[in-house]
Amino acid sequence: MWRVSQYDARERQYTPKRIAVPTSGLDIPFRKHVLDNGLQVVIHEDRSCPIVAVNVWYHVGSKNEVPGRTGFAHLFEHLMFEGSAHHASGYFEPLQHAGGTLNGSTNPDRTNYWEVVPSNALELALWMESDRMGFLLPALTDEKFHNQRDVVLNERRQTYENRPYGMAGLAMIDALFPEGHPYHWATIGSPDDLRAATADDVRAFFRRYYHPANASLAIAGDVDGDRALALAAAYFGEIPAGEPPDAVAPAPPHARPSRRVVEDRVELPRLFLGWLSPATYADGDAELDLLADVLATGKASRLYRALVYERRVATDVSAYQGSRELGSAFQVVATAVPGVGLGVLEAAIHEEIARVREADLSEDELDRARALTETAFVSRLQSVGGFGGKSDQLNHYNVFLGDPGYFSRDLERYRNAGRARVRAAAEAHLASGQCVTLSAVPLGQRALAAPDSELVVMR
Amino acid sequence: MSAVDRSRLPRPGPEPGFTFPVADRQRLGNGLSLATVQRPGLPMVSVVLVLPAGSAVDPAALPGLASMTADMLDEGTGDRSAIQMQEALARIGAELDTETGPDAVVLSLSLLARFVPQGLQLLADIAVRPRLGAPDVERVRTLRTNRLRQLRDVPGVNAEAVFARALYGSHPYGHLSIGSSGSLATMGHADVSAFHRRHYGPSSATLIAVGAIDGTAFTRQAEDAFGSWQRLADAPPAAAGPSGGMDGGPAGAQPSPRLLLVDRPGAAQTELRIGHVGAPRTTSDFHALMLLNAVLGGHFSSRLNLNLRERKGYTYGVRSAFDFRKMAGPFSVQTSVQTDATADAVAEVLTELRDIGGVRPPGEDERSLSVATLTKGYPRNFETSGQVARGLAQLAVYGLPDDTFDIFAPRIRALAADDVTRAAGRHIHAERAVVVAVGDCSRVRGALEAAGLGEAAIVTADL
Repeated sequence: MWRVSQYDARERQYTPKRIAVPTSGLDIPFRKHVLDNGLQVVIHEDRSCPIVAVNVWYHVGSKNEVPGRTGFAHLFEHLMFEGSAHHASGYFEPLQHAGGTLNGSTNPDRTNYWEVVPSNALELALWMESDRMGFLLPALTDEKFHNQRDVVLNERRQTYENRPYGMAGLAMIDALFPEGHPYHWATIGSPDDLRAATADDVRAFFRRYYHPANASLAIAGDVDGDRALALAAAYFGEIPAGEPPDAVAPAPPHARPSRRVVEDRVELPRLFLGWLSPATYADGDAELDLLADVLATGKASRLYRALVYERRVATDVSAYQGSRELGSAFQVVATAVPGVGLGVLEAAIHEEIARVREADLSEDELDRARALTETAFVSRLQSVGGFGGKSDQLNHYNVFLGDPGYFSRDLERYRNAGRARVRAAAEAHLASGQCVTLSAVPLGQRALAAPDSELVVMR
Repeated sequence: MSAVDRSRLPRPGPEPGFTFPVADRQRLGNGLSLATVQRPGLPMVSVVLVLPAGSAVDPAALPGLASMTADMLDEGTGDRSAIQMQEALARIGAELDTETGPDAVVLSLSLLARFVPQGLQLLADIAVRPRLGAPDVERVRTLRTNRLRQLRDVPGVNAEAVFARALYGSHPYGHLSIGSSGSLATMGHADVSAFHRRHYGPSSATLIAVGAIDGTAFTRQAEDAFGSWQRLADAPPAAAGPSGGMDGGPAGAQPSPRLLLVDRPGAAQTELRIGHVGAPRTTSDFHALMLLNAVLGGHFSSRLNLNLRERKGYTYGVRSAFDFRKMAGPFSVQTSVQTDATADAVAEVLTELRDIGGVRPPGEDERSLSVATLTKGYPRNFETSGQVARGLAQLAVYGLPDDTFDIFAPRIRALAADDVTRAAGRHIHAERAVVVAVGDCSRVRGALEAAGLGEAAIVTADL
């Protein structure tokens, strides 16, 4: 899609996961250089298709926002496409003219921007990407600001308010992370906060977070490495260094997880179960990622088999480890068939997870999860650009781990996650008493919710 | 390197060339067509099986049967249960992707190179020897019925269903491939078996492999897996539109009613589809229409998006598209707009449709931007093995020549301004565009009717 800011709370585009057992020697060869102003530059050559990807990560996301100004990091991202000092109009036109494509996205931890251009247009992409890193504010007008605020309000309507179970997704974020936690609000923000934002907020935010010392630039594709590095230094080297922002600290988890219900314009009730889980790359992260596959990826997975295939109490079920920098959330989501209450699903899911905890996990099902993971890992090496392409992965590893070359060690994490460790992770993190429970039910049908749920109204 | 000149944007150097890879084409004794493209690099192979068994060949009384049949393929074969089949796929790290479009069913597997032989055996079991047992059909039918119930809450699906029906009526393109609950209720396992027997045969199918495999090896493995596939007794019947229509679509008369509303009380936005029957993939105007649509609503800097999103802020995005199919597919503008801007947004869209073939033909700037967008970025459409495999599948479905992708950019570049304007006159008709709106009727109906679209018909999607 060419719509700016395809932003996805679950970040489906890129889950850092998945491994190999017999495939070896897979990695993303790179070189890394830090400019004098602090900008990290990572280069990867791949001459197989005449295109080159430019990808920039700013280590800022909705976790850096403050209550009262939620949604701001993402609104700001939109403004990055509206022009900079030396090209004060839209960013799409010149890049499209060169045959390029571009987009950006915001999540709680980071904001990314990318272009994929024919290899003859690399300089154009670097010129533009550097102009908005160095010289955004002179081009900012109230008119652009107000227009993009309206666009974002419509993005919120389209993505959440007018989409089945959309508001439940927002309610789940609210329930999982307690007040005071930097993940307590959704990246899209609240409408009131968005309307309260001012152009002055934009200026302050830019100065604090958008500068070389808080960014990582990756260039991947059909380009000579020396030339790419020289161009990066030329275009970005003149941008003044900034102060690295302070790290955001997570709040302690809630003492007692909530049980809530929301009413929504839906036909069938859906259950959301969530646990706070280890941060991305921490011990247990890869294990829970594999467990999510064991539980709910494909029709041979445990929960599909138990709930959909055999007992026929659910129409669909999914599970995932939503890996995040400050702490993750493991979620299981299932939709009930007509006439079945969500309490039935809740009990059945906890029962399956308890069986995993209590040693009932076969080598065969873990092997299957590993095989699926390996395929996904290798598939990720096919594209140089875009969300989840090699340039995005290099920046991902660089920003979160300081090591762009982590791909092969990432594979190792999954290779080393044997039965005992997966079980231990389930034991440590997926206790039923620590589970946040949210029911989304059709209007007026609260009786279908999981028992003892408290009604909440999202807006 | 000297200091950067920020007074002007750098001008790109000479364009890199592009040619679509030449496929190694073979045919098995039973008529199954094979196409292989070997690509060095990653140890992966994209395998695609494409069959002309899409929703356009649904029996009139059973919309959704093609899609139901495709869904049943991986629910067990021979003495392997549905679960055992899924376990076998997962063991080689494969997930089957099944897509039922109007003109074709496309089955895809992304395989690690070392698993290609097993993957092909499983794919043959799936396509050729599915079990299609009564209990499995019953189970999947219930799942699909529930899925349809959920889709009733999705504004875009309601809009698509009503739009297809308004444009095509009983024509094969008049329903969504998922069908309707009414149809599902009467669909039995005998229907599924009969559909499979009638439409799944080797001589009209194409098997494609792209990646770390050469044509000789692939042909041998395909022979092992698919060689015993029996030809159909009769040639599968093709979908047929009513006679007298343009390019197989319904005749281009003024539709009545033009304004169809699906009520969704309290909706935060109105989901819109605006358009009419377009043109088939094989139209001689294909390239002109691609360029025309790019100017109108085919990319971010197109007229519609700059107007409705970047100037008015009514929406998160809007696009237009000619859905090129075997017969004339729909032309539509698709968007979701804030409720209080619904009538204004519709008026703006209709104005854009009218103007592009009339008072405001594509200007030179717009034309050159859209030519660049369509042609200079073209190689990126074929970066991955999956993309190349899908390209080959397109050639198979529409019967297009091997040089289709090579001639695309030169043809687009060769278009004169007049060609595009003429194509607009021939293929875009604001005055008979149907408007489908899914939203809060109490808040949008009056303004829409006042906009000169005639009296609204309040309808429901048959999901």
